[in-house]
Amino acid sequence: MDKEFFFDKQAKDPIERVGGRAKVTGAALYTADQQFQNLAYGFLVGSTVAKGRIKSIDTKAAERAPGVLAVITHQNAPKIPGYQTGRDPAKPPTAGQPLRIFYNEEIFYYDQPIALVIADTYERVLHAAKLVKAQYEKGVFQTELGSNLAKAKIPTGPRFEDYKRGEVDGYKNAPVKVEQEYYHPIEVHNPMELGNTLAHWESDQKLMVYTKTQGVEATRKSISDAFKLPPENITVHAEQIGGAFGMGLRTWPYEIAAVMGAQKVGRPLKLVLHREQMFTNVGYRPATQQKIGIGATPDGKLVGITHEAYANTSSYEEFTEATVNLTQFLYACPNVTTRYRLVPLNMCTPIWMRGPGEATGSFALESAMDELAFALNLDPIELRNRNHADVDPEKNQPWSSKYLTECFQMGAEKIGWKNRKLQPRTAQEGDWLVGYGMGTGAFGAMRWAATVKARLQPDGSLLLQCSVNDMGPGTATMMTAVATEAMGLTPAKVRIQMGSTGLPPGPTQGGSNVTATVGAAVNDVCTALKEQIATLLSKEGSRFHTANVHGVKVDDLLFAEGAVSLKQNPAIKMTYTELLQQNGLSVLEQTRESKGQQQQYSMYSFSVHFVKLRVHKPTGRIKIDHVVSCADAGTIVSPTTAASQMIGGAVGGIGMAMMEDLVIDHRFGRPINNNLADYHVPVNADIPNVDVVFVGKKDPYINQMGSKGLGEIALIGMAPAIANAVFNATGKRIRTLPITPDKLMEG
Amino acid sequence: MINFDYIRVSTPTAAVDALAKDKAAQWIAGGTNLIDLMKKGVLNPQKLVDINNLPLKEIRKEGKVLRIGALALNSDVSEHELVLQSQPLLAQALKAGASQQIRNMATVGGNMMQRTRCPYFYNPDMPCNKREPGTGCGALKGFNRMHAIFGTSDKCIAVHPSDMCIALVALDATVLVAGPKGERRIPFQNFHRLPGELPQRDNTLERGELILGLEIPDNPFADHVHYLKVRDRSSYAFALVSVAAALALKGKTIQDVRLGMGGVAHKPWRLVEAESFLKGKQATEAVFREAANLAMRGAKGYGQNNFKLKLGPNTIVEALKKATEKA
Repeated sequence: MDKEFFFDKQAKDPIERVGGRAKVTGAALYTADQQFQNLAYGFLVGSTVAKGRIKSIDTKAAERAPGVLAVITHQNAPKIPGYQTGRDPAKPPTAGQPLRIFYNEEIFYYDQPIALVIADTYERVLHAAKLVKAQYEKGVFQTELGSNLAKAKIPTGPRFEDYKRGEVDGYKNAPVKVEQEYYHPIEVHNPMELGNTLAHWESDQKLMVYTKTQGVEATRKSISDAFKLPPENITVHAEQIGGAFGMGLRTWPYEIAAVMGAQKVGRPLKLVLHREQMFTNVGYRPATQQKIGIGATPDGKLVGITHEAYANTSSYEEFTEATVNLTQFLYACPNVTTRYRLVPLNMCTPIWMRGPGEATGSFALESAMDELAFALNLDPIELRNRNHADVDPEKNQPWSSKYLTECFQMGAEKIGWKNRKLQPRTAQEGDWLVGYGMGTGAFGAMRWAATVKARLQPDGSLLLQCSVNDMGPGTATMMTAVATEAMGLTPAKVRIQMGSTGLPPGPTQGGSNVTATVGAAVNDVCTALKEQIATLLSKEGSRFHTANVHGVKVDDLLFAEGAVSLKQNPAIKMTYTELLQQNGLSVLEQTRESKGQQQQYSMYSFSVHFVKLRVHKPTGRIKIDHVVSCADAGTIVSPTTAASQMIGGAVGGIGMAMMEDLVIDHRFGRPINNNLADYHVPVNADIPNVDVVFVGKKDPYINQMGSKGLGEIALIGMAPAIANAVFNATGKRIRTLPITPDKLMEG
Repeated sequence: MINFDYIRVSTPTAAVDALAKDKAAQWIAGGTNLIDLMKKGVLNPQKLVDINNLPLKEIRKEGKVLRIGALALNSDVSEHELVLQSQPLLAQALKAGASQQIRNMATVGGNMMQRTRCPYFYNPDMPCNKREPGTGCGALKGFNRMHAIFGTSDKCIAVHPSDMCIALVALDATVLVAGPKGERRIPFQNFHRLPGELPQRDNTLERGELILGLEIPDNPFADHVHYLKVRDRSSYAFALVSVAAALALKGKTIQDVRLGMGGVAHKPWRLVEAESFLKGKQATEAVFREAANLAMRGAKGYGQNNFKLKLGPNTIVEALKKATEKA
């Protein structure tokens, strides 16, 4: 196996998405599709006030409604043992007290669950839920970021202290400088699949749960801690996930409610959130107000950058993300200051949404870089090249790999960057102004821990098992690609079992870690299998045991076409089936845990997004003509699913730039576009040809394949690329997202 | 979901009788808006009278009139040869509305009867004079980016949401209705109404009156029409502003013209003043601009929708320019 060309075969003949046919034909069974005998249905009733206390709650009418089995409120909720400790384990790594559902009468946000109604059919529970009425002692609530900046605070913990490199606010001394503010509103993940949980107590000590999670192990831990059940008594299934984009990165109160409800009625219980509840109860990308001060010498060498961000969190928890962190390492710059502040609001706690803080931060930083390039009369790519960080300026250590310059070159070529006019508003086609823009993305290349079991079976097929699940990027496809390369099998001969506890533990699907983590584990376990094969072949009497070869090593062997052969003499060959037969084995099985090592390198994936668009002067409509997304994500394991992931990220970035906006009426503290007709995401007609370009050079340190993550960088940098292209087209700098026609039309 | 009775009828007479007999009954056709309203608790009919079996689906020419049955599907009308030939503006407007899936279900009569998409109307916990008279208008000082600039009242600033109706008001259509007192004809521009003191009433139908269909007279506009819809995304979004423009040109001279405007009022907005100004003038951008400025007289913004005061005239000019270009 030539490591340099590890995935060359994939590039030429990529395998199709594993499980894709089941998904598009409806054969794939998601949580809400699961059917159990005697199934009960739950529905949550939400608070109609954004802050206060429940004075009284009338459940009588609901209890009397046909088919109703129970109504749970804070007055009669079973005690959750984990809640009594004062620390809900179902927490993200933040400070504060996570919401304990039905714990007491306190209301922190609009639509916070105040009751769980349980009935024998979905229609009946929906009806009964409308009959629950509560009286409130209303409190004074705040839901607007901008008018509450005075309440901003530094998040708890040393990670969030202000960052200083060189002189504080050193940009101010630069001869050329830009100081601007940028804002984006709340965005909601809105995966097609609703939040849903099916809980089934098989006995009073044994629980089975189907739920929408990006990590079955993490969910099991949360439920175990909440209900004080040994983890081995809990099975969590999430074999199919209909998108999540981050909203499945913690265990939400509704999931605890489903488990509680199933216990209360002694029947399996299915709780599916309503689409409206997806806007209020399962997190979102927080609204963020950012300020950038950036300065350079007249020849375009950065002097300093100061980046401040104010993001909202809930009133009961501190949700944090890496909004200002890009600024600390993206450019070679001597004086960098970053400040990150949280503003508590009467909303549900946010949760990471694709690209998370880096996507938010890149909108400000990469817009400001474009503004600086304009002030310097420089091409924006040239400005970036003049400030290329050859080593990580934050940690002052080398990169494990960085091919950002290649991304600039490849993308510029593909989009036709040479046609871009340096002066904005100088390219016009009829009533349309034409512009080009670009934005850079970067995200830590994570490699966590995963255990994978591999079993070579009598028919020569390979079964891989890992509890990691797949919310859409194509994890099973990636695992299949690694295994087919490693073992010399066709994709049809590889089977993947994943997405539930009880399988060897895999990581949560978040932070773009899965390919680097699980792919490496698959590779490692295949290596172990091959070593075992080599040992078997070295035995006395083996055909491989010749005069010239006494002990066979993996390197002496060729694994191809479902067989192993000797490199020196390919005629000496044995299929995997024969191998098992000859050794009297029913299967060959290996399990390996594999994890990243502490390295003296900074590991990041990089991306550059290019956009060509047109703006219609009289009506302000934007028509995106072409997107080119370039990524340095190391070796690309599965080219088709990786490209799809990049396209999906581009679409998400287009939505962020031009459409997504959760509108809250601050007089009532509640969202008013909480449905998919009014909360806009792009439609097909909004999306142009998206070209994906991978540099494809391996990272020598992260893992054997050389693969870095991709999911986040697919989106990070896209929103500023569009804002920058809009500026290049029109001369108008839009610093408040989304960029809608009313902001661009001209009189 | 609240339980309700459901019956089917197969003649207009039976449909009219069913509502006359039962005050809590309501007709259902495509249901693309009614079902949403029921799910949201905005409407709670005790009985649904399904009228889909009524023989009102025809699309045909009767002399110099195109006749379209009330139950003709939006998708069928938008693709019908007679419509494409004689009333292409209507086809364009229909295709700009909703999504293909919704157009496949939605009927012409239902399209005319659809309710505003004002978010305050759709949320029974919020104030809305249209849904619950006397509770106030949530949009007046709230989210009003999508709201009206013409013909508003302090009771309601909601907009009529249809695209199809913007073409129909421009095309001088007539609505045929049947009710307990017999049949009558309503000129399209009188079908929908302004909110005034009674924002709960969207149109001038009496309780129990059933739309049978539409008549659209032949016109000289088939060569020069354009429906321009400005919206926040390319499909499945309501208009910020839309304009239906139809021109009859002789050389560059405007022989006749029709202009309808959407996203700006509680009813499909006909630009009568601009039309009379344009008649006999040359089809130039400067003339269009003057007409557009005339059309905007009396427009009033409510804050978030102030942009429509500028987007409105720009869209009128653009639609006229596009209509002029058409061969």
